[in-house]
Amino acid sequence: MADTILAVTGLTVSFDGFKAVDDLNLSIDKDELRVVIGPNGAGKTTLLDMICGKTKPSAGRIEFKNADLTKLSEYEITRAGVGRKFQTPSVYDDLTVLENLEISYPKHRGVFGSLFFRRTREIGDKIRAVAQDIYLQDELETKAGILSHGQKQWLEIGMLLMQDPELMLLDEPVAGMSARERDLTADLLARISKGRSIVLIEHDMEFVRKIAHRVTVLHQGKVLSEGSMDQVQKDARVIEVYLGM
Amino acid sequence: MRWLSKGELFGYLSLAALLFLVFPLTLDPFRLNLISKYLCFALVGVGIVLAWGYGGILSLGQGIFFGTGGYLMAMFLKLEASGKELPDFMVWSSTETLPWWWEPFHNFFFTILSILVIPALFAFVLSYLVFKKRVGGVYFAIVTLALALTLTVLLVGQQGYTGGANGITDFRSVMGWDITSDESKRVLYFIHVVLLFAVMGIGAYIIKSRLGKILIAIRDREDRVRFSGYDTAMFKAFAFTVGALFAALGGAMYSLQVGLITPTLVGAVASIEMIIYVAVGGRLSIVGAVYGALLVGFAKSMFSENFPTLWLFFFGGLFIFVVVFMPNGLAGVLDRFSARKKGQRESGLNAVPERTKA
Repeated sequence: MADTILAVTGLTVSFDGFKAVDDLNLSIDKDELRVVIGPNGAGKTTLLDMICGKTKPSAGRIEFKNADLTKLSEYEITRAGVGRKFQTPSVYDDLTVLENLEISYPKHRGVFGSLFFRRTREIGDKIRAVAQDIYLQDELETKAGILSHGQKQWLEIGMLLMQDPELMLLDEPVAGMSARERDLTADLLARISKGRSIVLIEHDMEFVRKIAHRVTVLHQGKVLSEGSMDQVQKDARVIEVYLGM
Repeated sequence: MRWLSKGELFGYLSLAALLFLVFPLTLDPFRLNLISKYLCFALVGVGIVLAWGYGGILSLGQGIFFGTGGYLMAMFLKLEASGKELPDFMVWSSTETLPWWWEPFHNFFFTILSILVIPALFAFVLSYLVFKKRVGGVYFAIVTLALALTLTVLLVGQQGYTGGANGITDFRSVMGWDITSDESKRVLYFIHVVLLFAVMGIGAYIIKSRLGKILIAIRDREDRVRFSGYDTAMFKAFAFTVGALFAALGGAMYSLQVGLITPTLVGAVASIEMIIYVAVGGRLSIVGAVYGALLVGFAKSMFSENFPTLWLFFFGGLFIFVVVFMPNGLAGVLDRFSARKKGQRESGLNAVPERTKA
């Protein structure tokens, strides 16, 4: 298929005999916003960990634009165009918002490139544009460590935007956010999903309904069901393991 | 972004005034030479600020690089002092011919080149392999400590090649220029101070560059930096290598100015002392590290002249005090003090959070 950006086949990983992800198959189209849901321990985060290289699978392939990601290290996967946002916001507390964004700019990533790096106008403009997108345009000089939880979540999304990845992996981006922040984040996701693919893990069903193109339900490391939110919610197996609880 | 904060500017200017004017004008040749000795450790300290303060890489083996630099310089000085003869310690250990690897050190420029290249290259290869394997933190510190001990044993054991426990001493000249007179020691002092400021400048540049920010990011959250697309092992290896290079320069200046190099300067105790200099001065401050080397060096001289047996207790106590009460050293205390003064004017909302992570 020409418009598939990510193809996961036969993906398996076990931790001490426990199969967190078991022979999983998944395919993501270009420009798609896919939400992955499932009960705790279904293997959602582990799946993202394997795509971005944090965890090495025991078996299976992860094909991203004709490259097998299972053979690359984390930074090579990032450079190939995959961006990852973690469940607990991971920003650099001792650096300012501006510096956090600047570090994520996807050029000058070598030792000497970064030693002689100069912030050009183009980069400055991009930083300001991203800061505007993530509602932090007035916090550029603030140390990331003193931002609120929700702002840290946005900042980490902003760091991904600086990388301009073709595939974004977002792990619970609205966790711990107020209702207003959730709405702003839904807007943000709608804006940034144009021209790129997003795989997102979420528990908040209202939020999922608002943003998802398609939904994949994981259960015990396998795909239980896949389709639109309505289809998935009508699926008897899904109701049994998850929604019906 | 400002190039230098007010506190840093004050630190640099006061240091320049002390080193270029006050010390040379007021101290007798003996005391001035002691200052030179302390400043050798200041060079090491600048490297430790980069590697430990910013890169988060604690090395308990900077003596390896200090010593390597010192021994390489000493080989040249010893060969020149011995003229056509075999160096005296080789004769005493009945080594009969000069080992082949001593030969190139007849040449001053080869010696300088080796001081710049050999320790740095060793540091880079070692640290890159270790960091690539994701070994870091305490484990890396232990690796460096073990290497420092190993090198000491090697130097002591190979008496015929290295001078053994006595080290190498009795130097006279550099390419015919007598280095033992008071006048030439003064010249060496000024060369050293200029070199020190150059090294501090390089260090400050690295910290202010994008690479410096990446080092901070790696120190605080190395996992995340990989997902920003950086080969973190390479960056850490770079910081460690620069630290090793500065340490080697310190060692070379030590041989030149103090007139001897011994295995004790390579070992674990010496290496840990170097860390203490920086901890006292402030591991996030380049100027702080230089002041730390001067102050602790001075305290060490005073104490060991007057109470030789108590010195080590004092030293240990000082270290514990600094770690517990001043995690960012003297520079940190000054920063907090000026932040408080500023806070009275502005309301202390942006008070800098104290970092205590080792």
